Amino acid sequence: MARIELKNIVKKYGDGFPAVNDVSIDIADGELLILVGPSGCGKSTLLRMIVGLEDITSGDLLIDGKRVNDLAPRERDLAMVFQNYALYPHLTVGENIAFPLRLAHGKVSEQEVQSRVKRAADMLELNEHLDRKPANLSGGQRQRVAMGRAIVRDAKAFLFDEPLSNLDAKLRGQMRTEIARMQRSLATTTVYVTHDQTEAMTLGDRVAVLRKGLLQQVASPRELYEQPVNLFVAGFIGSPPMNFLPARVEGDRLQLPFCDVPAPAAIGAAERQGQLLIVGVRPEHFDDVEVTEAPAGAVTFSAQVDVTEWLGNELYAYIPFEAAAETKEQLAELDRELDGESMRSQLVVTLDAMTSVRDGDTAQLWFNPDRMHVFDPSTGENLTRDEERAKAIGELSEKLRVRSLERAAQQSGGRKEPMGARS
Amino acid sequence: MGAMSGKEKALWYVGALVIVLYALLPVAWIISLSLKAESDLANKSFLPTNATGSNYSGIFSGDGADLFLPALRNSIVVCLISTLIAVVLAMFAAYAIARLEFPGKRLVLTSALAVAVFPVITMVTPLFNLWRQIGLYDTIPGLVIPYLALTLPISIWTMSAFFRGIPWDMEQAAQVDGATSWQAFRKVIVPLAAPGVFTTAIIAFFIAWNDFVFGISLTSTSRAQPVPAALSSFTGSSYFVQPTGAISAAAVIVTIPVVLLALVFQRRIVAGLTNGAVKG
Repeated sequence: MARIELKNIVKKYGDGFPAVNDVSIDIADGELLILVGPSGCGKSTLLRMIVGLEDITSGDLLIDGKRVNDLAPRERDLAMVFQNYALYPHLTVGENIAFPLRLAHGKVSEQEVQSRVKRAADMLELNEHLDRKPANLSGGQRQRVAMGRAIVRDAKAFLFDEPLSNLDAKLRGQMRTEIARMQRSLATTTVYVTHDQTEAMTLGDRVAVLRKGLLQQVASPRELYEQPVNLFVAGFIGSPPMNFLPARVEGDRLQLPFCDVPAPAAIGAAERQGQLLIVGVRPEHFDDVEVTEAPAGAVTFSAQVDVTEWLGNELYAYIPFEAAAETKEQLAELDRELDGESMRSQLVVTLDAMTSVRDGDTAQLWFNPDRMHVFDPSTGENLTRDEERAKAIGELSEKLRVRSLERAAQQSGGRKEPMGARS
Repeated sequence: MGAMSGKEKALWYVGALVIVLYALLPVAWIISLSLKAESDLANKSFLPTNATGSNYSGIFSGDGADLFLPALRNSIVVCLISTLIAVVLAMFAAYAIARLEFPGKRLVLTSALAVAVFPVITMVTPLFNLWRQIGLYDTIPGLVIPYLALTLPISIWTMSAFFRGIPWDMEQAAQVDGATSWQAFRKVIVPLAAPGVFTTAIIAFFIAWNDFVFGISLTSTSRAQPVPAALSSFTGSSYFVQPTGAISAAAVIVTIPVVLLALVFQRRIVAGLTNGAVKG
């Protein structure tokens, strides 16, 4: 139940290197904000500064309008779930969950402790494990105990530090849904750190993308996907990642490796004659002419497919191409930053599973140039970002967020007392 | 280690047996000596011809008892006190060393090591003179203080290793859960470090219990004399008889608490208490 404001937060370590540099985010009451980025981008450091485990070098951290920079973790009244769970091995599951309540000597009666632990255990289906020790639990159960310990006390906000990264894929999907449901029903402000862009896209009301300690973009998942501000965000969000193709401006057209497309008005083609730009097209925006008829305005081209991967519901086709030397180095650098290691420049397209394209075939493909992004190779800036459209998406998602909170409030209104209510 | 062949296994057993025999032979010898009668002591056979408890009754009654029982009491009191102080002090020191960055940290560790390797005998003469001047000679505190110098360095080293093995996340989790630093230490770190504390306590106790040099030099009467020192002042039944039997019996008696201690706490020492704390 709190609004968290980060104002120009900087974290410098002993060697003067800024792990987090001038980050400002305003997290609304009840919002679920995701901090995402490749390893070493400063997302965990930022979270640990919010909770008070790391000192803030400069900038202000406000919780409900009050500056908390100098408060100890216990005075900030935030609950955190650690990546490795950090359960107390000498205590039973029940006592682990009760631990935060027991610390508040006398303020919480034994009866109240029992009933709150019971309620948290009900919510997380831990009732039959309350007397066991953490060592005897499975990974998923330990994860739930860690969450129980966070929700048992009515903390102002929940902080999650890559809580699902130690679980296997199936369990991760299930727990992800559970966390989303829990956060909605408790309506507690939540900051969630992950390096997994799927988690970021599915869970968050808003997602903050960090790169080398610098905030790139804070926006709803939909806006990040449709209107990324730069090359980095575009490459990070989406799976398989966006294809980046070198494009040379020739007249009012852009020359791509496989075809040429009309240059979007936003890039100002007249001043950029002969320049090399980077065009980004998502794999799922390509289609096979044989399966789907190319609509008006679409660009059709033929390409030699190298390898295909059939997934049942769709098919990935890989099409190698020769990248221009000027952009090659920059795209390789970007790939390294995104924790990737691609050996060759290739186009990845996601086709309908019905397609008859196989390894070695020459495929007829089309895509809609309206959906492509054009980036300035020197700054990485997205030249085709539509601010008005981005604003509309942001407003819509904020509306949806408020609505789902209202719905959760109505549902829990029937109950005696919602979990998250301040006593 | 992979599966061992039968031959390898046999070799391992033979090796283990040799080591166990080598270590236990002196113990068996002492026990055998303690059961021998006076006339039997030099008969060049390993086993006593007639096992007798007279050596044991000798040290628990009459002249022997006057010497042995106060010494036993002194030893127990001195060793328990110095172990307790050493463990408590070492716990705080080791925690600070394991968790905090402060100037002089390396100095503390190095000087602890330096004290540990310093030859004990060189300290005895100055201490003897000093203790006589300030009235600590032949008192219980007069032994506890030098014993701390022996036990503290090793205690700090062992315990800081244990503290380093505890995931720091545990403590941070406690702090986020609302614990003060002291609460986090007492409710989370100490229970987790319990095996380390027990191990350290036993090592410290053994070191103090086995000391001879300080015991013989800094005490003179039954006021403070510990067992190892007292044994050296045993006399035989007459001037011409060596008190070998009585000393052996006393040696067996003072070994018993040590063996018991090790057996009782064996499980605590070995216990991997941090299992399940973090995913691993």
